[in-house]
Amino acid sequence: MDKTQIIKELAKIVTPYTEEKSALENIGEDTDFITDLKINSANLVDIVLDIEEKFNIAIDNDSMAKMLTVKATVEIIETKLNAG
Amino acid sequence: MNNIRVVITGLGVCAPNGTTIKEFTEAIKNGTSGITHQPDLEALGFSCQIAGKPTLSEARISQYFTPLELRNLNSTGIIYGVIAGLDAWKDAGLEIQNNEDPDWDSGSIFGTGTSGIDKFRWAINKIDDLEIRKLGSSVVVQTMASGVNAFISGKLGLGNQVSTNSSACATGAESILLAFERIKSGQATKMLAGSTSDSGPYIWGGFDAMKVCTYKHNHEPEKGSRPMSLTASGFVPGSGAGAFVLESLESALARKAKIYAEVLGGHVNSGGQRGLGTMTAPNPIAVQRCITNAIKNAGIKANEIEVINGHLTATSKDALEIENWKIALNSTAENFPYINSLKGMIGHCISAAGSVECVASVLELAEGFIFPNINCKDLNPEITSLINEKSIPQTLIKKSFNILAKASFGFGDVNACLILKKFNHG
Repeated sequence: MDKTQIIKELAKIVTPYTEEKSALENIGEDTDFITDLKINSANLVDIVLDIEEKFNIAIDNDSMAKMLTVKATVEIIETKLNAG
Repeated sequence: MNNIRVVITGLGVCAPNGTTIKEFTEAIKNGTSGITHQPDLEALGFSCQIAGKPTLSEARISQYFTPLELRNLNSTGIIYGVIAGLDAWKDAGLEIQNNEDPDWDSGSIFGTGTSGIDKFRWAINKIDDLEIRKLGSSVVVQTMASGVNAFISGKLGLGNQVSTNSSACATGAESILLAFERIKSGQATKMLAGSTSDSGPYIWGGFDAMKVCTYKHNHEPEKGSRPMSLTASGFVPGSGAGAFVLESLESALARKAKIYAEVLGGHVNSGGQRGLGTMTAPNPIAVQRCITNAIKNAGIKANEIEVINGHLTATSKDALEIENWKIALNSTAENFPYINSLKGMIGHCISAAGSVECVASVLELAEGFIFPNINCKDLNPEITSLINEKSIPQTLIKKSFNILAKASFGFGDVNACLILKKFNHG
């Protein structure tokens, strides 16, 4: 799965958590979950659970703490996918 | 205190026999039962396999919650409470404003016994299966007792006191009194009040095990809940929520709101599990004192009470309750007020009992009727030796009246009594 595909899947996952429609349409590597998509920080753990399920990977606490932007999240997903 | 008067300007209900005010009003006038057979209770080997549970469609629920909130929502008490609370707000003619600032003058006292018991069970199983991480972010807000009020106050943008009270079966009546006092003391203009109670085996199981629920009517659910009847054999568990908008009379008149009734006052106390009081039995002296102090607090005379909405659960304690009212009101068998119990129709809605029953009481005052008691054609002689049969209506009475007393009593020997008055328009 390449980066574009991962971002596309990620956009689907975060859709229910955001009301920022235009930020969601323009989602890219620089998108920040909290500042751009205005996602409630409490929901970040739910997004991580959805990602684990979608990509069939396990995300550790240290990685989870870094997943605040699309860029960081895609990198972590790629690393876990490659490791698997 | 001061001369601030407090009125009720909005009602919401989620009851086993009606989930809108219109539906509920019809049901209580007609004596329609909301008690049904519960296959899950039967499958789990409960002694009592009947219960009262509000019927709500997915479509109705989705009008009150966002798709994200619905995703992991597993708390019936929160669903009932939010529906009743938001309906009451709307019924009062109030809008949900998306202002930057909350409404500093409006708050909410919304009580419950437990919250999200099904969600709690799910979370406990996950933890025991070593899957703590899978809990996500929705467990705390659904299982904290104040969860229902956290949802309501967020949706309404309330900026005054937002708190959840809990006093067993007295919770609902107490919530109204606490909201009343908040407005009466000048600290808020409008307060939502109410209470809710979860449905299902995990909330009702403890009562079933205590053998306080009836096991004799599994084949005839609608006849199962029999307050004041000779054949009363325990209560039928129920669930749901009731909600009220309380408001200063000044505010209600200024915005030309519809006024259902006035809250004159009330009292809450405890029997301290002294004398005849125990964890589960009420101290009669405390019950009587609660009623007389409520009357005093409301500034009325005992003989002005025309209708009593009792706690009357359909256990052996019903006669004792009537005796307590009779002593507290210093009345005779002849001049005892009308008395009714909604539990015959909806069962005992535990922490929601007081609020759902108060919605019925307010409707009776506002519309001028006294709903019929059902399932007590065979009145308990212990009761008819205390008061005249005519005090216990078996059919709907259409009658305008002025003052109603509502009491609820709960485990832990706690009591609450409210005095409500018809509001005289113009």
